[in-house]
Amino acid sequence: MNNQVQPIAKDNDGQSIVRFVLSELKPKGKILTPFNIIAFPVIVVGIVLIVLRFMNGIGSITNLNQDTPWGLWIGFDVVTGVAFAGGAYVLTFMVYILKMDKYHSIVRVTVLNGFLAYLFYAGALLLDLGRPWNVINPIIGNSFGTSSVLFLVAWHFMLYMLAELIEFSPAIAEWLGARRARKILSGLTIGAVIFGITLSTLHQSGLGALFLMAKDKIHPLWYSEFIPIMFLVSSVFAGLSMVIFEGSISHKVFFDQISEKNHKAQTGILQGLAKICAGALFAYFFLQLLVFIHQKNWTLLNTKWGYWYLLEMLGFVLLPMFLYLYSYRTRNVFLIRLAAIVTMLGVILNRLNVTVISFKWDAPTHYYPSWMEIVVTLTVIFTEILIFRWIVNRMPVLRESPAWAKEDH
Amino acid sequence: MSFNRRNFFKTMCVAGATLAVGNSFGAANSEEQTVEFQGVLYDATRCIGCLACERVCAKAHSLPEPKKVKPEVGVIRKTSENQRTAINNYNTSKGEVFVKNQCMHCNEPACAAACLTMAMYKTKEGPVVWRGDKCMGCRYCMVSCPFDVPKFEYYSANPKIEKCDMCYDRIKEGKIPACAEACPGDALTFGTRRELIEEARKRIFENPKDYENQIWGEEVAGGTGWLYLSPAPFKEVGFNTKMQNSSYPELSKGFLYTVPSVFVLVPPLLLGIHEATKRNKNTNSEENE
Repeated sequence: MNNQVQPIAKDNDGQSIVRFVLSELKPKGKILTPFNIIAFPVIVVGIVLIVLRFMNGIGSITNLNQDTPWGLWIGFDVVTGVAFAGGAYVLTFMVYILKMDKYHSIVRVTVLNGFLAYLFYAGALLLDLGRPWNVINPIIGNSFGTSSVLFLVAWHFMLYMLAELIEFSPAIAEWLGARRARKILSGLTIGAVIFGITLSTLHQSGLGALFLMAKDKIHPLWYSEFIPIMFLVSSVFAGLSMVIFEGSISHKVFFDQISEKNHKAQTGILQGLAKICAGALFAYFFLQLLVFIHQKNWTLLNTKWGYWYLLEMLGFVLLPMFLYLYSYRTRNVFLIRLAAIVTMLGVILNRLNVTVISFKWDAPTHYYPSWMEIVVTLTVIFTEILIFRWIVNRMPVLRESPAWAKEDH
Repeated sequence: MSFNRRNFFKTMCVAGATLAVGNSFGAANSEEQTVEFQGVLYDATRCIGCLACERVCAKAHSLPEPKKVKPEVGVIRKTSENQRTAINNYNTSKGEVFVKNQCMHCNEPACAAACLTMAMYKTKEGPVVWRGDKCMGCRYCMVSCPFDVPKFEYYSANPKIEKCDMCYDRIKEGKIPACAEACPGDALTFGTRRELIEEARKRIFENPKDYENQIWGEEVAGGTGWLYLSPAPFKEVGFNTKMQNSSYPELSKGFLYTVPSVFVLVPPLLLGIHEATKRNKNTNSEENE
């Protein structure tokens, strides 16, 4: 069996691989869905804005200025988006390293989500670069700025995208009916997982480490030398909350693709994730508390910034922690989903606080994103969801792998 | 995973290469140390706020000529993508004081440490320069610079980072920076950093009443190429006196140093757990069967 040479593409009703892919490119299903009706106009406007941005400069569509060089596109698209994509490394760790087989059915969709998130957020990064044609410089090696945290983050983004593509590639092979390719690619999974987890721990924390040199600019309630650890720990519950949120939507939208067995398993999976999130939120809250006490920040509490900080810590860390704990004990799926949403809002709030809101907090004028920046951000998100839907409708992501793939195991 | 001959040779090769490269780095460093960092001493007691420096700076770097204004107290004029240096006027306990703003040319610049393409670059002569052929416009230098010096052309399709480069091209030709040459009051002195610190100490020692007993830039941010003398406390003339004395790249050094150890330690750990859980699973399934 192993030595038998098989054609790369087979089992596609005799079609050639090119014709098969071409036929798959056509849209499936209804075109006038509520999502499409909202998404397409936004994407069209977004593309026009992106063209304007490349013709007239970044300032023509953003509110960025000399005091605030990084705004919504970095603070939300990249820094927050990557935290939400953290579910992939946490789940692959649980399933492939710790062998928690319960979660096996959601690994593929999470890895796909992670991969697309990185692909699109790296894309969003290109929009924010003033001189994007030089983006190859740190890659091809004619000028390695190895002392830069951003250098590390950039390389990790690229390598991690590769690792996630390898982790996901068996699904592509199954879609194309490429048995031999699937076998080879499946063999690479564990290597890609180990490599991917290592990369993730470093660049999740690296995104925080980017701001270490901005010591005098970030409000002391959000700046500490432990930002990298905070970002790493919070990426665990950020990622898993995203898995809960996305999984809940997928279960409704792609209902017909999910097998009966996996439908029944869902409550158990959500419950398990809720428990882990509660633990991670507790660790995070405890760390924040330690830093707060260690830095003697008491005097800062009774200020406008202090209240804002308390809102984040109590309303968006402690509250979802208890929500997760309670919903886990009572097996309340609705509350688990609510906790996931509150946690995600908290992560958005935290990342924006560090990168944008409390950045240059003492400057006379403050940055707020223009509507055009928001539309471009929505364009990125909607396009990602469209691609995600396209893939899920074609490849065995949520649905079971074809029978031949299971036999090969 | 046994330690066989092949692995042994591999390890030896890597170790050998590391030693060889390490040596060549060491050699390069000892040669570079023979060149001293150069800088400029700005003496605020001598500055009359004539803005000659601003005008020649704009001319030397083909920037639009600055508006002819007299710096007023309470109006902070900032450097911008069109202006690399700006003079401000402060009302202090010692009367009216003018202070010049431009890139500080740190000994260990945060912008250069932040730059992932080495576009921001500390030359061996001292000036920190920006190199357009390398820059990808990420603006991380602006986020990192504690003095907010680099400025970005937001309204250009081919944007540049503008900042003082201490007239690096002129220095290479043996000339002194345009502003130092143009200053009618001798407020700007160009020289090696060591000489400038000695000169500044001498001035403070000879006229202790005229000067605040501090050279701004001697220690702040790990030491800067641009040094300041002021008649009034530095707090009163627009300096952030809360700034740290150690260099800013020091802040992210700890994180960067953990990266190699994570890369060495985490994969074997994960592989180990993977192997351990795999055996568990096998024995379990055997028991079940």
